[in-house]
Amino acid sequence: MKILVPVKRVVDYNVKIRVKPDGSGVDTANVKMSMNPFDEIAVEEAIRLKEAGVASEVIVVSCGVAQCQETLRAAMAMGADRGILVQTDVELQPLAVAKLLKAVVEKEQPGLVIAGKQAIDDDANQTGQMLAALLGWPQATFASKVVIADGKAVVTREVDGGLETLELPLPAVITTDLRLNEPRFATLPNIMKAKKKPIDTLTPEALGVDVTPRLVTLKVEEPPKRKAGVMVGSVDELVEKLRNEAKVI
Amino acid sequence: MKILVIAEHDNQKLAPATAHALGAAKALGAAADVLVAGHGCRAVAEQAAKLEGVARVLLADSPALADLTAEALAAQALKIAKEYTHILVPATAFGKNVAPRIAALLDVAQISDIVKVIDADTFVRPIYAGNALATVRSSDPIKVITVRGTAFDAVADGGNAPIETIEAIAEPGPTKVVGREVTKSARPELTNARVIVSGGRGLGSAEKFHELLEPLADKLGAAIGASRAAVDAGYAPNDYQVGQTGKIVAPELYVAIGISGAIQHLAGMKDSKVIVAINKDPEAPIFQVADYGLVADLFQAVPELTQKL
Repeated sequence: MKILVPVKRVVDYNVKIRVKPDGSGVDTANVKMSMNPFDEIAVEEAIRLKEAGVASEVIVVSCGVAQCQETLRAAMAMGADRGILVQTDVELQPLAVAKLLKAVVEKEQPGLVIAGKQAIDDDANQTGQMLAALLGWPQATFASKVVIADGKAVVTREVDGGLETLELPLPAVITTDLRLNEPRFATLPNIMKAKKKPIDTLTPEALGVDVTPRLVTLKVEEPPKRKAGVMVGSVDELVEKLRNEAKVI
Repeated sequence: MKILVIAEHDNQKLAPATAHALGAAKALGAAADVLVAGHGCRAVAEQAAKLEGVARVLLADSPALADLTAEALAAQALKIAKEYTHILVPATAFGKNVAPRIAALLDVAQISDIVKVIDADTFVRPIYAGNALATVRSSDPIKVITVRGTAFDAVADGGNAPIETIEAIAEPGPTKVVGREVTKSARPELTNARVIVSGGRGLGSAEKFHELLEPLADKLGAAIGASRAAVDAGYAPNDYQVGQTGKIVAPELYVAIGISGAIQHLAGMKDSKVIVAINKDPEAPIFQVADYGLVADLFQAVPELTQKL
């Protein structure tokens, strides 16, 4: 069984982002870019399934600008076998990405797609569910445990009240939550090896997908800042302030 | 404008997040139909009918919907979705699971986690863990939207909407629920609590997490939350997590104990009305958003605080 893992190039999670003064967006020039952390978890899970003999091949797919190749290389340095870049300079929104991934799935015929539950730039939390819908596949989102056996996936999900366990037939789409695994660091020899792994480059046109954005961003602004608070010297002072100043207790 | 709100529930009780989604419908300026899809869930429909701003409750009751899976709920929603211009779903684990499936099947974009309605096509939503707010306009004929509950007041009780039974799907879909592990707690629900006491890695162990926070939460009638670090370390269950990818909260009072304040955590709580931080590290970023900061050893300060309240 092949596993397909979509990976997104995003501003590194440690970077404090800056809103452009003209309100047109977030400044991403000269900013450290990395693989979306939830996608790293997805890559790790796929590699573990391959190491356990459940999967035969791990294919990583990235949609976007030419530099997404770096993200694919990072995934291959972790252990993915090959990469597919769907290259475009058009701003891609989740529905467009889901359609591109659907076209790639139809070409590659994986038995399982494992995706990150959300990207930390647009925080949309849509692509995996949309892909499942477009393919007519079952879905298990926010996974904290995945067991694959007998053509089925048993997935424990993190939900608002606690945990829920689903059983779904393959092929299926699974999206990862934080506690599914701890992704490995790529070793230097594996980083070198990853440079020789193949990347196929496709385009939305070649896949027959219209990626025109459906949402127009009119402006991006900084959220209102909180007023600077005060430091208190003791528990007594804290209690006094909460009672008499903030009046919340 | 015709609005449909998809009710979140467990076949017995309507989740409060639904009333917040109706708050967003109110901001759009129209009464909404509420879809209650499930099995044996008439009581839920009756609860929804009592909310203000509800035009009709549409009850779809079928064994095929009993598990409330995304596949079944999306199939049910699709039966009526095209009659509407706006489909609103709470931005909770429930809503985030099902809404994109509906949007994709309608071939429309989803607008996630809105915090403000500008007009019928234009909405504000946080991006980059709330470090920026984007104003986006949709050109799709149907807007599928998830609603951040903390940004819209829940509508009050006082309505008396009719309940109409609609044709329910018959096929349950391929996914089965085989287990549920519900965290039991007598405390208020995190996303609706007036006061939250939240703990981080500074507490050092699961024992201390409970030993220190529970008496304080009892005194304050508070819900208990946690940082990602505390959940990862096993001090608290996953559904306690507050942050960018956990729960978004905005209580009257948020007491952060032993939490350093990573941006991902701040994203989940910085809209709280009053924030208190207790941490031994004066450089901890949590102090930058706190109204009242106390640099102290939490193992002494928290019991003292509990005692003096």
